[in-house]
Amino acid sequence: MSEAPSMPMTLEVAQSIKPAKVRVKKRGRVTLWLAVGWLSFITFMTVFAPAIGLNNPKKRVAVVGKALRPFGKFFLGTNLAGQDMWARAVYGARVSLIVGFVTIALGLFVGGSLGLIAGFYRKRVEGAIMSTMDVLLAFPALILGILITTFLKPAGPVSYPTALRNVIIALSILSIAPFARIVRASTLVYAEREFVLAARALGANNRRIIVREILPNLIPQMISFAFTGTAIAIVAEGSLAFLGLSVPIDKAPSWGAMIAIGRKDIERIPHVVLVPAAFLFLTILSFNLIGDVIASRNQVREGGL
Amino acid sequence: MKFFLRKLVRLLVVLFVVTFITFISVRWLPGDPIVIKTGGGATKAQVEVIRNYYGLNKPVLTQYWVWLGRAVTGDLGESLVNPIKVTTYLKHTLPVSLLLMFWAQFLALTLAIPLGIFTAYRAGSNTDRAVNTVSFGLLSIPEYVYAPLLVILFAVKFHVFRAVSEVYVAPWDSPYRHFKNFFLPAATLALVQIPVYMRLLRTDMVATLQMDYITMARAKGLSTLRILFRHALRPSCFSLLTVAAVNIGALIGGSFVVENFFELNGIGKTTIVAVLDSDYTVVQGVVLVVAVGFVISNFLVDMSYSLLDPRIRDARSVA
Repeated sequence: MSEAPSMPMTLEVAQSIKPAKVRVKKRGRVTLWLAVGWLSFITFMTVFAPAIGLNNPKKRVAVVGKALRPFGKFFLGTNLAGQDMWARAVYGARVSLIVGFVTIALGLFVGGSLGLIAGFYRKRVEGAIMSTMDVLLAFPALILGILITTFLKPAGPVSYPTALRNVIIALSILSIAPFARIVRASTLVYAEREFVLAARALGANNRRIIVREILPNLIPQMISFAFTGTAIAIVAEGSLAFLGLSVPIDKAPSWGAMIAIGRKDIERIPHVVLVPAAFLFLTILSFNLIGDVIASRNQVREGGL
Repeated sequence: MKFFLRKLVRLLVVLFVVTFITFISVRWLPGDPIVIKTGGGATKAQVEVIRNYYGLNKPVLTQYWVWLGRAVTGDLGESLVNPIKVTTYLKHTLPVSLLLMFWAQFLALTLAIPLGIFTAYRAGSNTDRAVNTVSFGLLSIPEYVYAPLLVILFAVKFHVFRAVSEVYVAPWDSPYRHFKNFFLPAATLALVQIPVYMRLLRTDMVATLQMDYITMARAKGLSTLRILFRHALRPSCFSLLTVAAVNIGALIGGSFVVENFFELNGIGKTTIVAVLDSDYTVVQGVVLVVAVGFVISNFLVDMSYSLLDPRIRDARSVA
């Protein structure tokens, strides 16, 4: 009998024979497009908000001191300051999306490069890079974030671009270590593969091997991390905003700050908290969903090899 | 034993570096604690006298050395803004954060472990898929969204709990009032962790249940419950334990958001006030406690791996 020997029950095998896999792929399609749809919608709205006749989020458009309920004269009601909640929620997305995208772009670039270098060159380089990352990780994340934002904060009132920049710097630094660790782990796997050896035999130098042989293999995984990471960055921005350390709410509304301010009146006017909370939830969920679908499709391809 | 010692040395190095960086970086903070302390009403000479009193005029390295020497003996110095010892601060705030952490982990684990086991046992079933879908959604809800929702539900609609905690009550003084104070904050933190724990356990457990020794256990005629809890759970909880340890380490420093929302006077709240006041000594003390907690919880988990799975113990003794 020349049949293949029975495969050992490893994690990969267990996952590949899991019947749910096939279903997930089909089921994911509708939710995936819903997620993409929501993100496109919210991005479109934030970019073109002034052009499509949205109210100024900082302008008083209704009576002060009496928050109007949603679905009346204003689509999502108003808050106690008489500001349009729909406009505020849409403008709040600006802060979240900018912080999410830029933070992850920076973190992935710096952390990813460090991880690639550490995983490829090994030895001392790896030791130096990874022990620095260990120290960064041992730091309580939010304390580090608070330290950085307070450190960067100029004396006196903070302008909108400065506040935004500070939050982005703080969160980028926090995101470097996790990215470096993940990318290093995957680099280790690919650096030992035969095609890398083949490239070396053909005379490719280290830089070429990293950029042309290893990096392309990491890209699908990196895209997946980028989506999940954006979700985490948006949550973290919300935490900082909630504690009053992000963009000041009188400069530009952000979801975290809106929840923080609205919680004082939550008993009487819950929609002032629920509206930004719902926007935040849908956005994070969409990023998580897309990241998850990319990750699982990626896995299927690897399993098929 | 060699493994143990190597880990220990590494942890001490991490602690050393973290406290050192904190020491340097709090001194970079823009505010001057002495100006805050004196309310801006002191002359330059008076400020200098106070700076000298606290040793703030010495080189930073010397200051660190002095601080480290005292910290080892349990003396973390005095707050620069209020005439209170840092250890007194910690004595009041640490129990609050520790209890919050304990209840949150207790709630999270008691709910997540059975759910994880059950969904892994019934992998692919409708229940499994439903629980998985819901938990994936819950992964996207941060604590500052849970907190207002829980308040609306339990404090506004049903009046079971109060939206804001009263003064801290120890569980041994009045268990009832303690419960009333801590339930909502702990539940908020637990809700964030439950889907994470559950999904981690489920993934590992599905793999474990495919192992030959589980088939063997079943062939021996052991009951399903016994197989799941006695044979499959132990080798399946590595990822769960690792993440739980990270959470415990992080929560020793309190949850900034939850403590702020429910106005619990834990370490998280103290830290924010201290950072905003540039209160060097308090920030240093808090970071030290948090880093020690983080490092110890990670260390214990590393040690527990070999207790959980004998195969790791063997691999280590060979290596």
